[in-house]
Parts: sequence; structure tokens; C-alpha cells
Amino acid sequence: MPDVIEKEAAVPGSASAPATAPAKAGKPRSLWSDAWRDLRRNPFFVVSAALILLLVVITLWPSLFTSVGPRDADLQHHYLGAADYGHVFGADWFGYDGQGRSIYARVLYGARASVIVGLCVTAFVTVLGGLLGMLAGYFGGWLDTLVSRLTDIFFGIPLLLGCLVVLNAFTHRTVWTVVLALGALGWTQMARVMRGSVVTVKEADYVTAAKALGAGTTRILLRHILPNAIAPVIVVATIALGGYISTEATLSYLGIGLQDPTVSWGIDISSAQNVIRTAPHVLFFPAGMLSITVLAFIMLGDAVRDALDPKLR
Amino acid sequence: MGRYVARRLLQMIPVFLGTTFLVFMMVYSLPGDPIKAMFGDHAADPATVAHLKHQYHLDMPWWQHYPLYVWQLLHGDLGQTFGGVDVSQVLSQAFPVTIRLALLAFVIEIVVGLGLGLLAGLRRGKVADKLVLVFTLLVISVPVFVIGYICSTVFGITLAWTTPTVQDSNNLGQLLLPAFVLASLSLAYVARLTRTSLVENVRADYMRTAMAKGLPRRRIIVNHLLRNSLIPVVTFLGTDLGALMGGAIVTEGIFNVQGVGNALYRAIRASEGPTVVGIVSVLVIVYLISSLLVDLLYAVLDPRIRYA
Repeated sequence: MPDVIEKEAAVPGSASAPATAPAKAGKPRSLWSDAWRDLRRNPFFVVSAALILLLVVITLWPSLFTSVGPRDADLQHHYLGAADYGHVFGADWFGYDGQGRSIYARVLYGARASVIVGLCVTAFVTVLGGLLGMLAGYFGGWLDTLVSRLTDIFFGIPLLLGCLVVLNAFTHRTVWTVVLALGALGWTQMARVMRGSVVTVKEADYVTAAKALGAGTTRILLRHILPNAIAPVIVVATIALGGYISTEATLSYLGIGLQDPTVSWGIDISSAQNVIRTAPHVLFFPAGMLSITVLAFIMLGDAVRDALDPKLR
Repeated sequence: MGRYVARRLLQMIPVFLGTTFLVFMMVYSLPGDPIKAMFGDHAADPATVAHLKHQYHLDMPWWQHYPLYVWQLLHGDLGQTFGGVDVSQVLSQAFPVTIRLALLAFVIEIVVGLGLGLLAGLRRGKVADKLVLVFTLLVISVPVFVIGYICSTVFGITLAWTTPTVQDSNNLGQLLLPAFVLASLSLAYVARLTRTSLVENVRADYMRTAMAKGLPRRRIIVNHLLRNSLIPVVTFLGTDLGALMGGAIVTEGIFNVQGVGNALYRAIRASEGPTVVGIVSVLVIVYLISSLLVDLLYAVLDPRIRYA
């Protein structure tokens, strides 16, 4: 009994629950509200969402967390680690890199490049691939043949390899060059997922019903097919987001991604590799932040998949 | 079966042409002049530039160059590097190393990945399952170059169990660490895929029937559950073998393995178009053949699939 009281007290507004319950029972919950209920209870989702929120804040306002600029260099601090001086808080608690720049500030400002690349590539790929995949799956015909063959062709070229070839041709590379290269080579994956999903959905009775009622093609596509076919795309997109961030860092690490003066974790990791034995902290912090970021998005994708996939319930 | 293989081989032709064409266009149509770049800051002699361009067919428009390239490829001629060495000779030195590394990684991937997946899938919700989940999450999240450096430092320098970089690529013991690093990402995917597939199949009707018949547990798992659950895993493994060969750029760089990935990376950095296109074409062939082998393996795993 005390247990129940505690639970009731813990949930604000639970007193009104009996009043709303019959109304809820009358209307069956949709896949989305069901998934949302599942998600809120999943600790992986809560942790990853909190991490991503923090990351977005850092991306938008890195100066909230440090007053030191990422390019402020003081050679007196050359490769100093946190253990080399007494205090461990403030701008120097991650130590300094070879040019005496604060690693803490660089890690914070480096989030921007990674997050922009991740979000923009995912948006680009989801819109382009999703649209073409949906049209190909719904209409079939020559468009379907074209999209399917293109997907086959792109599938044989690993994303990293293709990006290396494309980006090597540009001597001056910015975040947007990298976004375009990743997007242009990555959209077929999303088109494949969307097409497969639409092909199964378009045979459903409610699509036939909508057609019989005289709904136009645009209405059928947007109101009936899209909401029912988009779940796998959202899952793949969330997981791919982490992958794109990782690929960007790998490209920058290989020296074919972003370039100085852009602040990026990949660039910092690349320049840290030569001093890994003498100053491991220079590698550790950007690599750690990169891993945590990728982890957050992959955990989010996992949680969303578990919530949206009725098979696993 | 023979007719199916023939049909699949025919279907490969357009995909092969498409992929090589895509790479060809990416390499040759993007900005930058590799011949001018060969001279660095020096003023290039126009006659020499013209001669070199002619030698590497760079003075041709693409609609003449690409058919010529495919024609030469069909005759086993992959072209020459800018250093004047045949690309096929570069490949014949690098490929055996990469094949050793990729096969070693492939074996690790199958053994460890399937093992972890089985462990997690058969003990769903238990501690082992949770541990495998956390482990695979970590491996997927930490980029391969970070894993590589950590492993190289810890096992190669701190513990000194092996050499931090590969000095002798014939020595399988030295290749073991790079193979583990190369396999790490795929290994995590295999483990997760196996687990999901097992969890889905464990509730199938045929499982209940097998248990009701009183079959021994080992037989139920091996003959009924595994055989049905492994189909998606085999698909992944098949496409992954090609990826392991081409995707070793980072791992081969960290461990100084003189394989295809290293040669490819150097060629890309030097804008050596003929070398890049040559190596990628061979990788695409490897990829296509391994995906064909996977489709044939389906019939072995799943007798319901018959190839007429």
C-alpha cells in the first residue's frame, strides 16, 4: 500500500488519471504515441537524449562553457597535461596541445563541425533518398528501375572510399564540401530503405480505400503512405547520423576532410597521433568526445528502433 | 543452379560497368590537374605535359577514354602508375597482404561475433546479454582509428605482447592485432544481428514443435534455430568481406600494413587517377563475386530457396 501512494505522489497530475482513462481506452493509441510511451521509459533513450541536448547547447553557444578561444595559442603551455600543474578547473583542465591551445576549448568548439556535418548530411540524405525512394516504390516503372540500379551501383563503393576520391579533388574544403560529398554518396542507402517500406505499405487496404474514395496521388502519398512507411527511415537515419559524424572525423583524420582553421575533433586527433606516447591527453579528449557523441546517436537510434518495431515487444 | 549462376553473372555486367564508370568519372572529371601537380612549383614544359597527358590518355574526352579503359581492363591491363609501374604489379604485391589480413579479420568476425550473438540471444535479458549490448555499443561508437591507436599503444608498447606496427606481413602473429581492429566494427554488427535474429526466431512455431517432440536442446539450437537465424547474418557477412578488403585504409595506415588500402590511400593523395581506378575496379569485382557466393550459400542454409 505505501508503495502505491509513493508512486501516485511521484507522478504529478495522476489524480486526474481516472477521469482521462476511459477516453484513452476508447481511442486506440497510434504507433507513434505507443512508441513515445515506450521511449520515455527507456533509460538508454533518456541518457542519449540528455547527451544530445547538451551537445546541441555546446554547438550553439560554446562560449557559455569557456571564455578561452579555440585558437588562442600560448607556446609556454606546449603539450602541458592537467597533471603538470596544480589546478584542474577552468580552461586548462584538459591540458594543452602542441601549440599551447586549450584542449578544453578546442573540444567544445569542435562539436560544431561534427554536429553540423551529422545533421545536415542526415537531412540531405533523408529528404533526397526518402523522396526518390518513395516515388520509385509507389510508381514503379522506369523511375524504380533507375533508382534501384543506382542503388546497386553506389552500394559497391564504400562511403569512406568514395568520399576520399571526391574530396581529394578539392584543395579548399569547408564543412559544406564534406556535407555535399557525404550526402551525394549516401542518399542511395536511404532510398533503398524507403522504397522497400513503401512497396509493402502501398498494397495495404487503407491505400485501396483511399483510392476508391477518390483521393489524389499527392494526398495518398503524403497522408496515407508516408506516415506508415517512414518508421524504418527514421531508425536508419538516427543510426546513420552517428556514422556520418564518425566518417567526417575519419576523413579529417586522414587529412582529406576538414582543414585548419576549422576546429574539428578529427583534425585534432590527427595531429595528436604523433605524440600519443608523450602526451596522451591530446588524443584522449577529442577522441572521447567524438566517441560519446557517436554513442549518443547510436543509442538514440537503438531506442527508437526498439520502440517502433512491434516484433520485439 | 547453372542457369541461375549464368543469369547472375550477366546481371553483374551492368553493375560493374556502372560502378567503374562512377569511380572513373569521380576521378577524372573533378577539378585538379595531376600532371601539373607532378611538377610542383616548377613551370612545366608544355611539350612534356602534352606527352605525359597522351601517355596516360588524359587528353581524351571521357567517352573515348572510358571505353578504352574497359577494353584494356578486359585484357587484364590495369594501366600504369605515374611512376611507370604497372598497376597490376602494385596490386600483385599488395593484394596477398590484404587478403591475409581480411581473411584473418573475417574469421575473427565470424567466431567472436557469432559467439557473442549466440551468448546474448540465448540468454535474453540476462547479465551476459546486457554485457554484450554494452560492449557492441562501445565498439560501434568508438571510431576505428581511436580503437587502432589504443590497441597499438596498449598491446604493442605498454604490454609489448606484439609489435606496435606490422614489420613482416607474412607473420600471422603480427597481423592478429590489426585484424582484430579491422574486424571490430563488423564483429559488433554480427553479434547484434545474430542476437536480434535469434530472439525473433526463438518464438517461432517450429521451435515449439521441436521442443514438444522432445529433441535434445543442442539439436534444437543447432539444426532448427541457428539454421533459420543465420540467413540475415550470412547476407551481412557476404557484403562485408568486400568491405573488409577495401575498407582497410585506416587500419592499414595505423599498423603500417603494406596492403591495398595503403596503396589506394597513397594513390588518392597523389591524385594518381589510373592507379585509383585500377585498384577500385578490382575491389568492385571482389565485392560482386562475394555477394554472388552469398546468394548461392542461401540455398544451402534454406532449402526452401531453389535456384532454377
